[in-house]
Parts: sequence; structure tokens; C-alpha cells
Amino acid sequence: MELEAAKMIGAGLACSALIGAGVGIGNIFGNYLSGAMRNPSAAPAQFTNLLIGFALAEATGLFGLLIALIILFG
Amino acid sequence: MAQFEIKRLIPIHLFGVDASFTNASLYMVIAVVLITSFLIFAMGRRSLVPSRFQSMAELSYEYIANMVRENLGEEGMKYFPWVFTIFMFILTLNLLGLIPHTFTVTSHIIVTFAFAAMVWITVTLIGFARHGVGYLRLFVPAGIPIWLMPIIIPIELISYLIRPISHSVRLFANMMAGHTMLKVFAGFVVGLGLIGGWAPLAFLVAFTGLEFLVAFLQALIFTVLTCIYLNDALHMHH
Repeated sequence: MELEAAKMIGAGLACSALIGAGVGIGNIFGNYLSGAMRNPSAAPAQFTNLLIGFALAEATGLFGLLIALIILFG
Repeated sequence: MAQFEIKRLIPIHLFGVDASFTNASLYMVIAVVLITSFLIFAMGRRSLVPSRFQSMAELSYEYIANMVRENLGEEGMKYFPWVFTIFMFILTLNLLGLIPHTFTVTSHIIVTFAFAAMVWITVTLIGFARHGVGYLRLFVPAGIPIWLMPIIIPIELISYLIRPISHSVRLFANMMAGHTMLKVFAGFVVGLGLIGGWAPLAFLVAFTGLEFLVAFLQALIFTVLTCIYLNDALHMHH
């Protein structure tokens, strides 16, 4: 296989880290919404925690994206 | 892509270092001028019943002040100007980039890494200044069995050292991915022409709205994480 083609395939594979990030972010917001529906008065206090969870879940996926960018342009 | 290119506007070379005034520097200057004039103009004619601009300024001030108070307590309020500056600067840079034909400074990893490294170094210095060598206890969580220590301490150490990377990559990747996606869909609009181009155009409009949310959210997340790291340094809860 040519190096260039292998690089492209590798970058595509590295992007599959975003699957996990998608599942994680969906989980966080889904659970936040179902909790907020049950107890709306407690929801605003947990908004900061929601954002922290979102940021942490997203970061792992973005590491994969970063690897893909390094493979392509590094 | 053309929108991510850095151009030298005024070439300056100091002692062999390329310190040119680029379009990135220009947009940072614009952001600082915008924030300063907005806050001065909005709070210039203070009244008990606020005008629109005054309530915008008060809203952003109160929002960040509440966040600092919740995370750091009343004693953390002396770090409020720093946190507020970070928030306003990143938010303005993100929003400036959404205007067509402008340059997004935060879509460059070196800029966001400089922000994150500044936060990380400041937080570490504050931690050592307040707790001395005892700040190293941050890496030893309380109440875990002794035989777990050889595993836990390296993990805690790595997660602390990787903070500037995850902190900067989050902002950079979000801004860059968003702008790249807009560019790709703009290419679809041109490619499909007058007949089929309306569908991606409608998506483009909706996605631009989403990008405004992302621009605000990423500035907010950067600020929230700064508060959390600062809280680790001020009150070590381990």
C-alpha cells in the first residue's frame, strides 16, 4: 500500500474516537434533561456540572481528531 | 484553507525573531478595543433603571461573578478580574470569527495553547504559593489503600500535566471543526448550483446559528474549567 493512502486510512480510523464522544455527550444531556423534567427546580444549580461533564466527554473525542490532524498535516 | 492563513501586515524582525504584526494580532487588538469601548460606553451613563447596553454589561459581569463565587467562594473574588478578562476576550474572538471574511484567532492551536499554558502556570504558581510543598498532596487522594498508591499517583500526575493540552485542544478543535464544516457546506451550495443548492444553504443558515451557541459555550467552558483548576489550587479538597 502506498504511504499516502495508508495515511488517509489511518486518519479516518483515528476519527472513530468521535463515536465515543458522541455517545458520551448524548448520555450527559439526555440524563440531565430527564433529571430536569423530574425536578425542574433543582436543574439550574446543576447547569455548571452539565457543562463540565460535556467538556470532559468531548475532550477524549477531540484527542482522536487531533491525532487525525497530526497524521494528515504533521 | 484561505480563512486560516496568517498574513504579515507589518513585518517586524527583532534580533532574528519574527515578531510581525499579523492579521491574528490585528483581530486581538480589535477584540480588546471592542470589549473596552463596550464596557466603558455601557457603564458611562449609569442609571438605576439600566439601558439596554448597561444591562448587557451588567448581565455578563454578574454571570461570571456568580460563577466565581459558586466555585471559589468569597475569597476567590480577588481572581475575578482575571477570569472575567479571559471570558470576554475568548468570547469576543470567537464571535468576531463568525462574521464572514474575518479571521478566527481561536482556531489556531498555538493561540489557545498559549491561553491554556498561561492558566496552568498561574494556577500552579498560586497553588505552590499558598500551600508550599504541601501542594503536592493534590496527587495523593485521601482515603485510598496504600497498595493503590503506585497506580493512583502517576494517573493523577499525568491528568494534571495533560491539563493545558486538553484545555487548549477543546477550544481550538471546536472552532476549527465548525469553520471547516461551514466551508465544506458552502462548497456544496456552489457545486449544486441554482437548482439543488438551496438545501445545503438552509442547513448552512441553521448551522451558523448553532455556531453562535458553540462560540459562547466554548468560551464559557474555558472559563468554568479555569475556575475549577483555580479551586484545586485554592482549596485542596483531597
